[in-house]
Amino acid sequence: VRTERDSFSGLQRALHWLTAIMVLTMLFIGVGMVSTLKPAFLTLVAIHKPLGIAILALVIFRIGVRLWLGAPPLPGDLPRIQVLAAKLSHVALYALLIAMPLVGWGMLSAGGYPIVLYGPIHLPEFLPHDDRLHAILRTAHTVLAFMFFATILLHVAAALFHAWVRRDGVFRAMAGIGPRNQ
Amino acid sequence: MSDEENPARHAPLSPLAVGGRLAVIGAVLFISAVAFVYVGGWLSPNRLTPGRMVAALSDRGGNPLGHRRNHAKGTCFTGVFEANGAASQYSVAPMLAAGRYPVIGRFAIAVGNPDASDIMGRVKSMAVRIVSPDGQEWRSGMNNIPVFVVSNPRDFYELTLTQDIDPPTGKPDPAATKRFFAAHPESAPFVEWNQTAPWTASWADQAYNSLNAFRFIDAGGTSHLVRWAMEPEISPTPVPHAALATMGPNFLEQDLFRRLADGPLTWHLAVTFAEPGDPSNDATKVWPPDRKRVDVGTLIVQKAEAEADGPCRDFNYDPTILPNGIAVSDDPLLAARSAAYAKSFDLRTSEVADYPYTPGPGDRP
Repeated sequence: VRTERDSFSGLQRALHWLTAIMVLTMLFIGVGMVSTLKPAFLTLVAIHKPLGIAILALVIFRIGVRLWLGAPPLPGDLPRIQVLAAKLSHVALYALLIAMPLVGWGMLSAGGYPIVLYGPIHLPEFLPHDDRLHAILRTAHTVLAFMFFATILLHVAAALFHAWVRRDGVFRAMAGIGPRNQ
Repeated sequence: MSDEENPARHAPLSPLAVGGRLAVIGAVLFISAVAFVYVGGWLSPNRLTPGRMVAALSDRGGNPLGHRRNHAKGTCFTGVFEANGAASQYSVAPMLAAGRYPVIGRFAIAVGNPDASDIMGRVKSMAVRIVSPDGQEWRSGMNNIPVFVVSNPRDFYELTLTQDIDPPTGKPDPAATKRFFAAHPESAPFVEWNQTAPWTASWADQAYNSLNAFRFIDAGGTSHLVRWAMEPEISPTPVPHAALATMGPNFLEQDLFRRLADGPLTWHLAVTFAEPGDPSNDATKVWPPDRKRVDVGTLIVQKAEAEADGPCRDFNYDPTILPNGIAVSDDPLLAARSAAYAKSFDLRTSEVADYPYTPGPGDRP
């Protein structure tokens, strides 16, 4: 049911901003928790795991919504290289949204850890208990986190470039405020 | 939609205005990146991070690569925890309900060098991982000391630094440890134990204490402040320190294998309940001896295996891995143990080449 329109639907905008808050919270908790021995460590870890799984569930739903509702077209005069950058960065963001929780869950599985969400509620291990696998996934979790943060910064830079320099309505399509396309 | 044939309503930006707006965008990115780096500790050289803690633990001699960075030398065991149900009224933990639950555990000595002689093991430890049928886990790392040596992670870091190898001599500076204890009166009960407790030549005759306090949560949601201990059925056999020196480097593992060849070893899990005013956050202080103690079950150690291929090797005995019904107290050592054990685990799982598994027939090369 793709319709030509100049803005994302309310549902898509809500999902976008909810994801943004959750992912930024997640990334800051992640780098913060692995750098402290203070009691906050336990609180942050206890938030990190269920929040990661919540993001995984949310992004699966979001991808379904995106396939169903589509996205407004990019401005016709956007240079091809910027169109390509926009498409690739969005694919990268979706890929990281899926990969980060799966790598985190897999890394705990391979490390022989129980994957506790809350109280007695825990997820099954979906990978074998294996040192080498744990080491690979643990490193991947860190590397992907930095790539994720860098990609988000690029995404923010591009959004602000559209809002303040190009003033072409792309920012408004997701934010609901800012310059209209003309 | 298309604006190609329509005059732009936005007035064109001057090059200066474009530059100014790009600068603001750059500033947003820069501030975000700095915030991220700050939270990650890279701007805080004095922050006590798990990495710094584990680095200090790794510098106490020998080659710790591939091994736990503390309690580096140990032996795996397997067995059963038989809960008698006496703790069920205090905690909903499934492995405290009457029944039998599998255990994978580890005996160790508190050294940084995995090749240390057992005579270096003044402090001995027992770690257990008890699994309930629904997949919940209770992991606990316990020591044969009545109190811990310090009350907080910063002091533990400072103490560890005094045990690090001094490059000119190749040994730790003994005066540094003395200076630490002189400046830390709260360590006195540990120091007294260290000087007076009899040595033994066995893991089997020692009692192992949780040291940190935890909370049992009962079915009504009420929290009970507790500590626990694994108490052996056999009594300790003191051995003069000089005699230990003649027993070879691995007498603890040999003793364990010998005893288990004759049959299982048994410990009783004794849970001590605090009274109001007993410290929950200071592992250097014992609770008064008249506190209520409940025998909640029996640990039966059936089999021991060398660590290299043993079932305990690839588990992190993080004492904050707890089932529903048991929770951490406000003891600051618990979070520090969890964070540092995780760092140690992440390091050693990436160092398998430094601590190979013994290849068995049919294994990949």
